[in-house]
Amino acid sequence: MGLAMTADLRTKLGHVELPNPVLTASGCAGAGRELATFFDVAKIGAVVTKSVMQAPRAGRPTPRMSETASGMLNSIGLQGPGIDAFLQRDLPWLLSRGARAIVSIAGGTVEEFAELAGRLSDAAGVTAVEVNISCPNVEDRGQVFACDPGASAAVVSAVRARLRYDLPVVAKLSPDVTDIVAIARSCVAAGADGLSMINTLLGMAIDLTTMRPVLAGTTGGLSGPAIRPVAVRCVWQVHEALPEVPIIGMGGVMTGRDALELILAGASMVAVGTAIFNDPSACVRIVRELDEELASRGIERLMDVVGLAHEPHPALGRRLSGSGL
Amino acid sequence: MSDARNEAGSPAHVQVRGTVLTVRRVDAYYAMTVVAPGVAARFRPGQFVAVAVGGPETSMLLRRVFSIHDVRPDHGGTVEFIFATVGPGTRWLAERRTRDVLDIAGPLGRPFPLPRDPVNCLLVGGGYGSAPLFPLATRLRGRSCTVDFLIGAASADRVFGAMTARRTGRTATVTTEDGSLGGRGLVTDVLSQVIHEGRTDVIYACGPMGMLRQVTAVASRYDIPVQALVEESMACGIGVCMTCVLPVVGDDGVTRMVRSCVDGPVFRGEQVRWNDIGTIPFDALGAPGWKPRPQAKPRPAVSRPAGPSSRTPADGAGHDR
Repeated sequence: MGLAMTADLRTKLGHVELPNPVLTASGCAGAGRELATFFDVAKIGAVVTKSVMQAPRAGRPTPRMSETASGMLNSIGLQGPGIDAFLQRDLPWLLSRGARAIVSIAGGTVEEFAELAGRLSDAAGVTAVEVNISCPNVEDRGQVFACDPGASAAVVSAVRARLRYDLPVVAKLSPDVTDIVAIARSCVAAGADGLSMINTLLGMAIDLTTMRPVLAGTTGGLSGPAIRPVAVRCVWQVHEALPEVPIIGMGGVMTGRDALELILAGASMVAVGTAIFNDPSACVRIVRELDEELASRGIERLMDVVGLAHEPHPALGRRLSGSGL
Repeated sequence: MSDARNEAGSPAHVQVRGTVLTVRRVDAYYAMTVVAPGVAARFRPGQFVAVAVGGPETSMLLRRVFSIHDVRPDHGGTVEFIFATVGPGTRWLAERRTRDVLDIAGPLGRPFPLPRDPVNCLLVGGGYGSAPLFPLATRLRGRSCTVDFLIGAASADRVFGAMTARRTGRTATVTTEDGSLGGRGLVTDVLSQVIHEGRTDVIYACGPMGMLRQVTAVASRYDIPVQALVEESMACGIGVCMTCVLPVVGDDGVTRMVRSCVDGPVFRGEQVRWNDIGTIPFDALGAPGWKPRPQAKPRPAVSRPAGPSSRTPADGAGHDR
C-alpha cells in the first residue's frame, strides 16, 4: 500500500529536508525496530529514538503505567541500553532500513549531554539531535533542566559546541513551566535550531483499592489526547514569539486532523507518541490522513499552512467555518 | 491493515480488523472468537493478541492483551481468547456481539519452547491462566509427549478448562481454595505429589506471579525446568512502551529489566527473579549506582544478529522451537 501523495508534505528542520512532517515521539517507538514489523519506518518523516544516556539504565520499578481518561501516566525512568549499545546496534539498524534518525539524548549533567553529543558527532547518518531536557521521570526534579531558562541554555550550548556543525539541535520543552516562551527563547539563543514540544505533564493517580499511588514512582508523565489542547497552546505561544524557529509539535496526536491542528498553530513537524500504543500503524496512517486533510481543503503545500492560525482570516475575521470538530 | 515482516523478511505479526464470531460466557469468564486470518496462521502456543477497546473516539487508549486459547481454520482463520471483566475495557469487550469489528494485533510475544524428545510434561494453570496451556497440550501430544494437567483457582467457576483437561490430559488434577471443585487448596500444595506420580520432566505454567514463583521453587527442588508465561500489565504489547518489565537473569548471569511482551511472555522460571518483581534489583544492569565493571563490557558481545533474541533467557537447554 503506497502513500499516494496529493499534497506536498515536505518540511524542513534547519537545513535538513524531511519527506513528510510525521515523526515518532521519543520514548514511544524505541529505536524503530519493533514498529518496523507493522510499517516501513522509512516512510515517515523520521524516527525520534527513545532518549539515550551515557550508561545503561534500568529505569523505575513497576507499576510504570496507569491508563487515565483519554491518556495515560508513565513512569519509565529513561530505561535504556546506553550510548555504546545504541551506536553499535540500534542506530545502524535504523539506518539500514533507510529511515531518518533523530537521536534523543538525556543526561543528569550538562557534561553528560555534551559527551553524548560528541559521540553522535562521530556517528554517521544521524539526521538531528533532540535534547531531552524535560523528562519528568527522574529522581531529582532539579534535573528537569527545561524548568529553568539558564539551565536549559547551558545544556543546549554545551551540546551545540560539541555537536558536528551540520547536525541540527532540537530542544525538547516541558509544558510544566510558567512561561514556555522564556525557555524557548533561551534555548534558541543558546544555539537550538529547532524546538520540540510538549513533553508529558507531571501527573499522579491513586488506586482506591490500596488507597496508595498507582505508580511505583509515585508521579508520572501524562500523555495522550487529554493534553492536546495544552500542546496546541504551547506551540501557538512559541510560534507567535519565534515564528522563524522550526517546531516539532506533539501531545495527543491521534489523527491527521490532530496533526493539522498543531501545524496550524505553528508546528512544521508533528510527532506521534501515545497513539502508537493504541495503533502500532498510527504514524503511517496519520501521514495518509494529513495528506487527505490538506487535499480536501485545497492546500497544495504543507509549508503554506504552518502557523496559518496566527493570520487573521480574510473573510471571517477570527472565525473559520467548517473547521471540522 | 499492515502485513508485518520481521528482519528476515518473513511475516511476524499482523494488525487486522477482525469480525467477532461469538462471545460466550464460560463460568466466571468470557470466551471471544474473532476472525483474524493472519493472526491464526502465524500463531504458536504461548503467544497473545493485543486488542483495542472502546471503539472510535474512546477515552481508553491502551490495548488489552490476552493469551490465545485456540485457533481454527474456519472463515480463513479464527482466534479465541479468554478474559475476565475487570474494568471498563473488558466490560466493553464482553458487550460485543457477532459481526462487531475489533482491531487486533498478533500473534505477539515469544511462544513456549517445545521439547525435542517425547517427555512427560506437566501443565500448571491458575485461574484463566490455563487458557494458553490447551493449544500447547495439543502441540506436545503431537510430539508424543505425555501431558498432565494441574489447574486451580479460588472457586469452581474460576477454574478454566477442567473438563477439557480431564478429557485430553493423561491425568488432570484440580484444586480450589474453597474446595468447590477438586481438592481444597492451591495447585502448589499438590505439585510435588503430581510431579512424583507423573515422573514430570518439564513444567509449563501460567497464572498469577505468586503461583509462578511457587511452582518455580518446587520445580527447582527436583531440578525440573519450568517455562512460565507471565501476565504482566502492558500498555502496547509490541515492545515500545517499556511498562511490562521484570528482572530476569540472562545466560551471562547479568540481571536485566526485560520486557515481558517481546522478550517473554514465556520465561524460564529459574531465570526470573520472582521475589524482586516490582523493584529494580541493586545489581540489575543500569540500576541506580550501577557501574560498568572495568574488566567486562557492560553488555555481552552479540554473536547472533542483534535484537531482543540476543538476550532472551527463554531458550531452555534441550528445547527448540
